[in-house]
Amino acid sequence: MSAIQTITMPKWGLSMQEGKVNGWLKQVGDAVEQGQEIVEVESEKIAGAVEAGATGVLRRQLANEEDVLPVGGLLGVIADASVSDADIDAFVADFLSNFKPADGEEEDQGPTTQKIEVNGHKLRYLKRGEGGEPMLLIHGFGGDLNNWLFNHEALAADREVYALDLPGHGESTKDVGEGNLAALADTVAAFLDAVGVASAHLVGHSMGGAVSLTVALRHPAKVRSLSLIGSAGLGNEINTGYIQGFVSAANRNALKPLLADLFADSSLVTRQLVDDLLKYKRLEGVGEALSTLSGNLFADGRQNSVMADQLAALGKPVLVIWGEEDRIIPVAHAHAVSGKVQVEVLGNRGHMVQMEAANDVNRAIARFVG
Amino acid sequence: MARKITYQQAINEALDQEMARDQNVIVMGEDVAGGSGAPGEQDAWGGVLGVTRGLYAKHPGRVIDTPISESGYVGAAIGAACCGMRPVAELMFVDFLGVCFDQIFNQAAKFRYMFGGKAETPVVIRAMYGAGFRAAAQHSQCLYNIFTHIPGLKVVVPSNPYDAKGLLIQSIRDNDPVIFLEHKALYTMEGEVPEELYTVPFGEAAVVREGHDVTIVAFGRMVLKAQEAAADLQKQGIHCEIIDPRTTSPLDTDTILESVEKTGRLVVVDESHPRCSMASDIAGLVAEQAFDSLKAPIRQVTGYHAPVPFSDALEELYIPSAAKIAAAVKSVKEYK
Repeated sequence: MSAIQTITMPKWGLSMQEGKVNGWLKQVGDAVEQGQEIVEVESEKIAGAVEAGATGVLRRQLANEEDVLPVGGLLGVIADASVSDADIDAFVADFLSNFKPADGEEEDQGPTTQKIEVNGHKLRYLKRGEGGEPMLLIHGFGGDLNNWLFNHEALAADREVYALDLPGHGESTKDVGEGNLAALADTVAAFLDAVGVASAHLVGHSMGGAVSLTVALRHPAKVRSLSLIGSAGLGNEINTGYIQGFVSAANRNALKPLLADLFADSSLVTRQLVDDLLKYKRLEGVGEALSTLSGNLFADGRQNSVMADQLAALGKPVLVIWGEEDRIIPVAHAHAVSGKVQVEVLGNRGHMVQMEAANDVNRAIARFVG
Repeated sequence: MARKITYQQAINEALDQEMARDQNVIVMGEDVAGGSGAPGEQDAWGGVLGVTRGLYAKHPGRVIDTPISESGYVGAAIGAACCGMRPVAELMFVDFLGVCFDQIFNQAAKFRYMFGGKAETPVVIRAMYGAGFRAAAQHSQCLYNIFTHIPGLKVVVPSNPYDAKGLLIQSIRDNDPVIFLEHKALYTMEGEVPEELYTVPFGEAAVVREGHDVTIVAFGRMVLKAQEAAADLQKQGIHCEIIDPRTTSPLDTDTILESVEKTGRLVVVDESHPRCSMASDIAGLVAEQAFDSLKAPIRQVTGYHAPVPFSDALEELYIPSAAKIAAAVKSVKEYK
């Protein structure tokens, strides 16, 4: 490469306006390859790493640890060793003099969430990207479409990708009806109809994986492929301490230690993540929705719906992704289907593997759906 | 992203949704239904600043304009609460509480205790408070500390639209008398507020910002001033932790003490007069229970022991500013 490449503060999620530098993984003068993690950054909600957009040498670090930069702000510069320091300094000066942070108000906020009426539920969803074979992202128990904030934009590079809030979750209707997998799957199928998608690649995390499997069984024509991440529905075991604790936790001190189980690196549980989940749990109807769902899906300390034996009969391409350190649903469920379907196990990652190893998960899914 | 509404709209929505949910919820006070100069019922102004606008038409017969007699209608609201209603009485300006001292302090606050736990008084008394409106000494006070002093009252001081809605719903559903205080200067503040009903529990402080150098405890509007100061201080390498207790009674002492044990430094920001204030209350709490953690003297940033001035320049000097907070934080950070 000849050009000078920037590393800028990413925008993780619609509400992110600035981020804090947590530390550099590469030093000035280090050779870096495209896709390598260069610098760790933290938003109010989550911490993660920024990848190199190009191969070259890290020539400048323009932010120190603990510095707070607006989204789009210049973190560093990558260029070939042959590019002169003068050229780099001129480039940086030019960037800094032209850079205007978005003011966060009326300006271009990118795509925004929408609501749609489906089977008597009002569902919130976010659509990104255009064309290609459509994809739908389905979050897990107690989650919402923000669980995909590191994935949605990357996956939507060459296709339209929807993420929705299931009934009982996020900003969708809190009434879950019968509150079982069949009801959720029928709602998802009806959602695809409502947004005019004939069939989609389904990507499901945890309970959302079991929902995806159930959609494939009940509405096979709507499903092109399944990407199942730390998925329910592939074995009986589940961390019921987590599930029950999550349903009953009424304050920060009760919730925070539980959330640590979601990540291999429990320092990823930020105050904002805990506060956001508490806000969700305090909405009228959420307690009942979570109790109904956990009662139907995870009664007696076990997953009540295991569909691993039906994977072959589905006749659909299936990719299974798991964090090796998953403390909610054991990685053994991935090993058990290995050989029958494509399996990717990521070391040192936990249940929220799509957040902890977003870049790896995004690449695996992109390769898989082609 | 969740919808954004103002602090004032959040209060209106909480009243509206609770009135729709529970027929026993009524709103009463001076001008809460109509208001001066409004020609018809549908466009009635709804309170001094329009907080209760629209409720009169949506909930016929349950938004009651009262005579200009706080002692009368606050007493009536307390009586109705004892008989099973859930009245929300608006005291307009908190400065007027003097004329209904007995009804609030000696009646409502005491019933549960005096009747051996058999009586409940689910009344909410809403009032505006705070300086900054050139409304002079009789309409600008910050008196949550006076209510906080009285056992039997719960006292709520929301600092943002989300908390305003959730805490007001909690206040209406609570079976004890609740004093709900709204800072005038926050009415136009916008924030993300869910459309659904939700509650924020009493006695749970919010950690508004995390930091390891200095703990700032701030109330109501002062939370915003503290955030302003903390953003400036961050640029100078000082990392503040801001705690918003949200309710002064009950008070979440654990969150305050845990934070001071981490930072070793405390600044309390309170718009009230300094004597017998929340600032002195929290300074006392920390001095007594976290003395070993302290690396510097506790600093209080408050108003003055003087009436709130009417003069623009003097009123601005009276109100704790971000600059004063930042100076206090620096002084405890640099203390040797």
